[in-house]
Amino acid sequence: MNHFLLSFRMLRRDWRAGELNVLVLALIIAISGLTTVGFFADRVGMALARESNQLLGADLLVMSSKPLPPHFAEEAEKLGLTISSLTKFPSMISNGDGNLLTEIKAVAEGYPLRGRVHVAGRSSSGANANPGIQVAEGIPVPGTIWADEKVMTRLDLKIGDVVDIGAIQLKVTELVVREPDHSVGFINMGARAIINTQDLADTELIQEGSRVSYQLLVAGDMKTVQQFRTWAQGRLAKNQKIEGIRDARPEIKAALERAEKFLSLAALVSVVLAAAAIALAVRRFTLRHLDGCAIMRSLGASQKQLLTMYVSYFITLGIIASGLGCLIGFAAQQILAHWLTDIVETALPWPTWWPAIHGLLVGLVLLVGFALPPVLNLRSVPALRVLRRDVGLPNAHSLWGYGAGLAALLLLFIWKAHDLKLGLYIVAGFVSAIVVFGSVGWLLIKLLSNLRHQAGGAWRYGLASLHRRAASSVLQAVALGLGLMALLVLTLIQDDLINDWNASLPPDAPNHFLVNIQADQLQPLEEFFQQYAMERPPLFPMIRGRLIKINGKNVSPQDYADDTHAERHIRREFNLSWTDELARDNSIVQGSWWKKDTRDTEMSIEADIAKTLRIKLGDELTFDIAGQHFSAKITSLRKVDWDSFRVNFFVVVPPGLLEDYPASYITSFYVPPSEIAMIHELVRMFPNILVVDVALVIGQVQQMIQQVSEAIKFVFIFTVLAGFAVLYAAIAATQDERIYEAAIFRTLGARREQLLRAWATEFAILGGLSGLFASAGASGLGYVIGKYALHLDYTFNPWIWVIGTSIGLTGVLVGGLLGTRAALSSPPLLTLRKIA
Amino acid sequence: MANNETEQPIVRTHALTKQVNTGDQQLTILQNIDLNIHMGEAVAIIGASGSGKSTLLGLLAGLDLPTSGKVHLDEVDIFALDEDQRAALRGKILGFVFQSFQLLPALTALENVMLPLELMSVGNAEATARRLLDRVGLALRLHHHPKQLSGGEQQRVAIARAFATAPKLLLADEPTGNLDSATGIQIIELMFELNREHGTTLVLVTHDEALSKRCSRQLRMADGRLMQ
Ligand SMILES: Nc1ncnc2c1ncn2[C@@H]1O[C@H](COP(=O)(O)OP(=O)(O)OP(=O)(O)O)[C@@H](O)[C@H]1O
Ligand SMILES: [Mg+2]
Repeated sequence: MNHFLLSFRMLRRDWRAGELNVLVLALIIAISGLTTVGFFADRVGMALARESNQLLGADLLVMSSKPLPPHFAEEAEKLGLTISSLTKFPSMISNGDGNLLTEIKAVAEGYPLRGRVHVAGRSSSGANANPGIQVAEGIPVPGTIWADEKVMTRLDLKIGDVVDIGAIQLKVTELVVREPDHSVGFINMGARAIINTQDLADTELIQEGSRVSYQLLVAGDMKTVQQFRTWAQGRLAKNQKIEGIRDARPEIKAALERAEKFLSLAALVSVVLAAAAIALAVRRFTLRHLDGCAIMRSLGASQKQLLTMYVSYFITLGIIASGLGCLIGFAAQQILAHWLTDIVETALPWPTWWPAIHGLLVGLVLLVGFALPPVLNLRSVPALRVLRRDVGLPNAHSLWGYGAGLAALLLLFIWKAHDLKLGLYIVAGFVSAIVVFGSVGWLLIKLLSNLRHQAGGAWRYGLASLHRRAASSVLQAVALGLGLMALLVLTLIQDDLINDWNASLPPDAPNHFLVNIQADQLQPLEEFFQQYAMERPPLFPMIRGRLIKINGKNVSPQDYADDTHAERHIRREFNLSWTDELARDNSIVQGSWWKKDTRDTEMSIEADIAKTLRIKLGDELTFDIAGQHFSAKITSLRKVDWDSFRVNFFVVVPPGLLEDYPASYITSFYVPPSEIAMIHELVRMFPNILVVDVALVIGQVQQMIQQVSEAIKFVFIFTVLAGFAVLYAAIAATQDERIYEAAIFRTLGARREQLLRAWATEFAILGGLSGLFASAGASGLGYVIGKYALHLDYTFNPWIWVIGTSIGLTGVLVGGLLGTRAALSSPPLLTLRKIA
Repeated sequence: MANNETEQPIVRTHALTKQVNTGDQQLTILQNIDLNIHMGEAVAIIGASGSGKSTLLGLLAGLDLPTSGKVHLDEVDIFALDEDQRAALRGKILGFVFQSFQLLPALTALENVMLPLELMSVGNAEATARRLLDRVGLALRLHHHPKQLSGGEQQRVAIARAFATAPKLLLADEPTGNLDSATGIQIIELMFELNREHGTTLVLVTHDEALSKRCSRQLRMADGRLMQ
C-alpha cells in the first residue's frame, strides 16, 4: 500500500517542481483537442442528420403497400418517440374543365415531424404570383386541400376554388411551395397535393389493388430511433420496409460520410501530435528520473516495488490530465457551437457523453503506450549509477517502448477512424513516414557531423551536439516532422480538399433535372432554351430495362427475398445509358473503362448496386428492354459520387449498342431562383416531361460543406496548439543538456552570441530536416486521403515544400532559441550545482 | 617555490558577502571576505565541509553573483560587468578545474581542450590542444569522448582545457576529490608543474592537509568567514 502513497507523494513533488509540465501539457492539449472534435462532431453529426431528416419529414419511415399493423406505432410510442402517419396514392383531381393525375398525400396530425411545409399566402394564386412564402400552420383541415404549383397551373386554379377528388369535393386553401418529403426519385414526380387523413375514407379512392403507400413517421433522439429501427427491422413483412435519410438519399449519405471523415481526420491528427509530444516528454522524464531510481535501487527497492510505484504514478497522472483535457474540450466545443450557430442557424443538439469517455480512454492509452514502457526501464536502472553516472541510460529497450506506443496508436486509429480503410491508410502513412524519416535523418546527421571537422567555431559545436545526440536528434526530427506534417495536412491540404469539395458542388451546380424527354422533343427543347438565352444542357439517352438474367441464369425478385433493397431493384426497371467517356464524378474501382470505338458488348455497373445484387466483374447481364433482350459483359465497376448532383446511371454501355432501342432523354441544369418562371413555362409547354427540383437538397449539402469547413478551421486551433506542444516537448527534451553545456561554455568564457550560434546551427538543421520530412509526408498523405478516402482528385501543391521547410526551420529555430534563452542568463555555478 | 610577487594583486575582494534565502530564513554563506592574491602565488583554501569554500571560488571566477561586496580580477571589477563581459574576461585570464570534471559529453577530448581557444578565436587551436593533451599524457586518447575515459583521465583533460588559454589564474575546486589517492597525487603534481611552466597563479580548494602545505599560503575558512 505504501508504494501508492509513495507514488502519490512523488507525483505531487514532480508536479510542484514542474517536472511534469511538458507531459501534462501535451496530454491536456491532445485530449482537449480530441474531445472538442469528438463532442463537436457528435453534435454536428446529429444536427446534420436531423437537418437532412427534414427532407424525409421524419427521422425514420416505416413504409408498406398495405395498411401497417399497429404494433409499429405502439412500439414507437412505448419508446417515447413521436409518431405521425400518412398515406400516399395517385389519383385524378378535376375541376370540371380538366383532369390531372396527382400524387395525393393524406396526412395526420403532427405531420411533418421534421422540417416544415412552406406555403404561399392564401391571397395569391397562379404560377406568376410572387407570393410571400411562409410556414404552414398544421395540416389541411378536413374538407380542404393544399395543392402544389403544378396542380394550380395545369388546372388553372385559384385559392378558394373547389376540386373533385374521388367521391368528395375539397376546397383549395393553400399553395404548397415546399414540403419536406418531396421525393427525388424519378417516379411520382408529377403534381402533388396534401389532404387531411380524415377525408381519406370518404374519397373512396383506396380500394383493393390501388397503388398505395402507407407510411408511419417516427422521430425522436437518435439512439431511441436507432433502437426502434433495430426492433422493427426484425419484424418487417415482405411488403414493408424502413427508410432513414441515408437510405433515401444517396447524395446526402455521401456528403454526410465525407463530413464525418473530415472531422475524424482532424481528430486523428491531434492524436498523432499528442503521441509525438508525449513520446518526447517521456524521454526527458525518464532521463531525469534515472538518478532517483538508482538511489532507490541502492537503498534496496525491488524492481516490483518500483514497477507498482510507477504504474500507479502514471495512471493517476493520466486520469488527472485527461480529465482536465476533457473539461477544456467540453468548454471549447461549447464556444465553438455557440460561435457556429451564428453562422449557420442550426440549433445543435446536446452532445452525448461518449466523447469524454473516448477522451479519457485515449489519454490513458497514449500515456500507457508511450510513457509506461520507457519508464518501466527505470526499474532496471542499476544501483551502480549512484557511483558511475554514465551507466543505466535508456538504450535499445526504449525502442520497444515506442513500438508498444505505436501499436496502441494503430488501434486507436482504426477505432477512431470508424473506417478501417482510412485508418489503415493513415497508419501505414505514419509508420512508413517514421521508418523513412528515421533512417534518412540518421544518415543525414551522420553525414553532416562528419563535416564538422571542416567547419569552424560555432558550426562545429552545433554539429557536434547533433552528432552526440544523434539518437535523440533523429527522434526530435521525426517527432517534429510528424507534428509539422499533421499541421500541413490540416492547413494546406485540408484547405485544398475543402476547396476541391466545394468545387465539386459549385453555386451553379445543376438544381433541376428533366426526365422523360422524348426524341421528337429535342428540337423544340433546344428552341425553348434559346428563348431564355440559355444553352441547351447536355442530354443523356436513357433506356429502361428490367434485369432478367445474370450469366444466362434467370433472376427473379424471389432470389433476393432476404434483401428488400435488392429485391426492389430487380422488381423495378433499370435506367441504362451509353457514353464513351467516363464521367468526371465516376471512378473505376475494378476492371477498366472501354477503349474508344470499342465494338465489344461491354457494360459498366455502379459498384454499390453490383454488391447489392451480388454481381461481379466479368458477369454477363441480360436486360429486357421493351420485349427485346440485350446482353453484355461487365468490364468495369464504377464508384459514383452521387453528391455531385450530375446525371448518373447504374448501368452504362459503349455507344453503338443501344441506339436502336426506344430511348428517352434526361438532363440536369442550373436555374437561378429568380428565373423560376422558366420552369413553370417549361412544365406548361412540355407536360410529359418530369421536372425534378433538387435545389433544396443541394442547399442542404452546400450548407453541410460550409459547416464542416468552419468546424475544421476551429478544430485547427487545437491542432496548432498541439503542434506547439510537440515543438515545446522536442526542445525541452534536450534542454537540460543544453543548460549544462551553456554553463560550461560560460565558464570557459563563451560569449552569448557564440552559444547562440552553436544552438542556432543545431536547431536550424533539426528544423529544416523536420520541415522536409513534413512536406514529403504531407504531400503523400494528402494524396492518399484525397484519392482513396474522400474520392477527390487532389492536386499537388508545390508550395508545400517551400512552406513546410521554412516553417520547420524558423519554427524550431525561434522556438528552440526562446526555449533555451533562460540558460544564457543564469549564473553558471547555479546550473552546475543543480545538475552535477 | 619562487614567488615573483608584483605590486598589483591579481585577485582582490572587498567585503564579499553571499546570502541565500532558504524559504523563511536567510542564510549567510560568506561574510565580509577581504583577500588579496598576487601573481604567481599558490594559495590553498581549506576548511570544514559547508564552510563556503566552493562558494568563494565560484565568486572569484564570476560564476556566481554576490549579495554584496566586490571582486577585482586583474584590476577589473567583475560584478560591474554583464554576464557576457564576465565570460569574456574568464576566457582571457582564468581557468577553472571542477571536482566533477565538467567536460562536454558531445565533444572528444581534443575538442574539449580546443573549445576555450576557439571561443577566443585563437589561431592554431588544434596544435595547442594536441600539445597540452600530450603534456598530460593523453596523446593516444585525443578522439575519445569523456564517457570513454576514466575519472583520472577526464580530470587530466579538464586540466589541459584549463591551461589551454595560458591563464594568469587557475582556480581548482577539490580537483582530486573524485579520484583515488595515487591518481590524485599525479594530478596535483601535474598542476604544480604546469603552474611552474606557465607562471600561473593557483588557487585551490582542498581537504588534504599535505597538499595545502605545498602551497605558498593557506586560507582557512569557517562558517563563511576567513580565519587568519
Ligand atoms: N544556492 C544555494 N542555496 C542554498 N544554500 C547554498 C547554496 N549554495 C551553497 N549553499 C550552502 O552554503 C554552504 C556553503 O556551501 P559550499 O558549497 O560553498 O561549501 P564547501 O565549503 O564547498 O563544502 P564542501 O567542502 O562540502 O564542498 C553550504 O551549507 C551550502 O549548503
Ligand atoms: Mg565544495
